[in-house]
This record gives sequence, C-alpha cells and structure tokens, in this order.
Amino acid sequence: MNWMATFDPMFFLPFATGLLVAAVLPVLGMYLRLREEWLAALAFAQLAAAGSLGAVILGLPILVGGLGVSGVAAAAKAWLARSGNNGYAILMVGGWGAGILMLANAPMADHVGHALFDGQLYFTGRSQLWSMAAFAVVAALLMRSLSRKLLLERMFPDFFRASGLSATRFHLLFDLLVAGGLALATASIGVMAAFALVFIPTMIAYRWGRSWRHSMVIATLVSIVAYVVAFEIALVEDQPFGPVLVLSLVVAASIAWCVKRVRSRS
Amino acid sequence: MTPSLHCIELHQLEAGYDRAVVGPLSFSLDRGEIVALWGPNGSGKTTAMNAIGGGARVFSGDLRKRPGLRVSHQHQNPLSLRDIPLSGRELLALTDSDAAALPAAMQPLLARRLSELSGGQLQLLQVWACLTAPVDVVMLDEPTNNVDVAGVDFLRQVIVEARGGRGVLLVSHDRHFVEALGARIVEIERR
Repeated sequence: MNWMATFDPMFFLPFATGLLVAAVLPVLGMYLRLREEWLAALAFAQLAAAGSLGAVILGLPILVGGLGVSGVAAAAKAWLARSGNNGYAILMVGGWGAGILMLANAPMADHVGHALFDGQLYFTGRSQLWSMAAFAVVAALLMRSLSRKLLLERMFPDFFRASGLSATRFHLLFDLLVAGGLALATASIGVMAAFALVFIPTMIAYRWGRSWRHSMVIATLVSIVAYVVAFEIALVEDQPFGPVLVLSLVVAASIAWCVKRVRSRS
Repeated sequence: MTPSLHCIELHQLEAGYDRAVVGPLSFSLDRGEIVALWGPNGSGKTTAMNAIGGGARVFSGDLRKRPGLRVSHQHQNPLSLRDIPLSGRELLALTDSDAAALPAAMQPLLARRLSELSGGQLQLLQVWACLTAPVDVVMLDEPTNNVDVAGVDFLRQVIVEARGGRGVLLVSHDRHFVEALGARIVEIERR
C-alpha cells in the first residue's frame, strides 16, 4: 500500500476528516446500542442525505440541509418522548424515499447524490474538516456528563422519575448529538458507511469488552483501524470509499466472530 | 402532589396502567424504616411500587412525597441488561454507591462483567447499588429473585445493616424473608 499518499496535501484533508468521523461515531454507537436504538444511525443518515439533496435543489450549503433535517427529526422524536426502533424505522424509509425522489427529479442533485450514497470521502473540503473537528470537541464535552446519565437510566430505569427528575433534557441533547454527528458523517463518508461505523465496531465491542471503558476503547480502535485500511485500499485501487469501508468493517466483524468461536471451544 | 411530613405517604391509593389493579392502599414510610408490600403473585405489589416511582397511573386516592425526596429503585432483573458490557464496579459507580464497603464475599464481583455473574450475584449487586446510593428512600422489587438460600440470608443482613438512615420499601412474596427483616408488613390482596 502507498501509505505516503495519505500525507499528500490533496488527500490529507479528507483523511483527517474521516479519521475524526471514525473516532466519534463508535462512541455515539455505544450509547445507541445501550438504548437499543441503533437503527437511529441509519435513520439520521438517510434523513441527512435527503436534507442535503434538498439543500442542493434550494441552492443552500449541503451541511445546512443535512443538519437541519436530522436535527428537526431528533427534536421531534424527543418531544414526542418516543423510544425504541419503530420511530427510527419510519424516519429511515421516509428519508430514503424522499432522497431517491429528489435524485430522480432534480438533475443538479445527481453529483451530490452519488457522493452521499457512494461515500466519496475524497471530495470533502476544509469546511467539513473544521465542522467535524468542532463537533468532536462538543461531543467529547457533552458525553462526559451524558454518559453516566444514559447508563444509569438504562440500568436503573426509574432512578430519575422516582426522584421527580426529568430525563427529557438529556435525552434531547443526546438525540441532537447523534443527529448532528450522523449528518456531518453522511456528508463526508456517505449513508451506509456512517451507519456501519456506528453499528459494527460497537457490535464487536459489546461481545469483547470486559467493562464499559474497555468496550469504548475496542469500538474506537476497530473503527479507526478499519477506516485507515479502507482509506488506503480505496485510494490505491481507485475504488469508491464508502463500500470499501463497509466491507473492511464486515471483515473485522467476521474475524472477531471467528476468534470468539475458537476461543469459546478451546 | 401535596407535600408530606413522611418520606412517602399513601391514602386510599388505587393504581394501575389502563385501569386500577391495586388498592385502595394506605401506609406511610419514614427514614430508617423498612416497609414490605407482601401478597400473592398478581396482587399488584409491583404496580403499587411503580405508582410510587411514577411509572404507573394513580386513579384515585393520595400519594404524597416529602419535597426533594431522593429515591433509588431496583426493578425485577431484566435479563437483557446482561448484554451490556458493564463491570460490577461500573454498575455501583452509576448510583454513587459505596463499592469499598461491599462485603468481602462480594468484592471479587466488582472486576467481573455483568454477563459473567449468576442471576443471584447480579441481583445482590443491584440491591447494593440502590441500598448504598445517596438517597432517602430505597425501593426494592422482589430482591430475593434468583438468590439462593445462603444469598437470601446474606441479603437480609445487608438490608438491615447497610441501609443506614434510608427508608426501605420492598415488594416480596416471601413472607419469611420480610418477617426476618423486621419489616412493617402491608398485605395486598388480589382485587
């Protein structure tokens, strides 16, 4: 592999953007899986794609469209106080349908549409890198206080309610964080790659982790290693980035599953 | 909700989800006291506790709590929680409970992942997490579930000794257990 190509100024910008995405999404994924709401990742990614395409048609920046639509969906979900995957499944198919219709009827959205669905990381610009960096800082700060609350509510569901405390605000904060992260990630690596980064590393970590902290480390490491490998393969072999990343995560999951099977038999 | 001088006070309370399935119930709970809701399966003990915790609907009667009351609530153990990669130590840290004071026999559980614990061991850890949290009232729903005979005796000792000044409200179908605790028993019959 041509590792040096990564540090070519032309590719370093997208590499750094994707690296931030790969570091942040599994962390959010750990808490989505905790709440048994992992489908949220796909729903917000589809909505962000639809919002981005809508923004192109309206002549707005695509990040505004993606963040706006997924943010409104997150706020509505929190306001309706709905939990579980049912609502996310509706949002997901709705986002997909709207996105495909816009692609079919608005030729000017075609280029952006392919980037969103194929995951063409190499076309990302400076604004996406800085947006993702700012998001990573905000997410790190917010998750410091949200983490314990989300875990406490899952393990002891009535702890807040029994003391007359409301969980609405931290639910809303987390939902908005997920919506924002998925919207930014979708704009740079595409719908399915963003979903895979939320879903697969955490699936491995939940099986392998000895503790929550250990599982977070596993999820992040799996994500980053799979990302770096996918970036190099896609670059050297001139392939679309999104599918290569998804397949490298599938290979990681397969290896983890085989090793676990062998270890459990021995 | 009207404030109460007691930690928790119920007067002719009828509660349920779609309709009232338990009550009318009247009792109070103060700091340092142990009150047990005892009755056969299906009598609505857990529903009564959930109504106090805010998870079930009050159809009639009064439910009063002291303003600013802090409550911990241990549910009957849902098995799906075992898939969550949490260690025993991390579980106790969630409620700010006192891991250092955990009895020596339970100390090895702190380093283990919850999925590696037996149902009884997980139950004991959850009870400890609620019992030693910085709260005024501890609500325990069938704390002897999954716990063997030795574990039940251990649990009784833990509840009596570790609760400090906290009021304990527990639901149990095990009459011997609640009598051994010295609890004030509130009998609930099927409607």
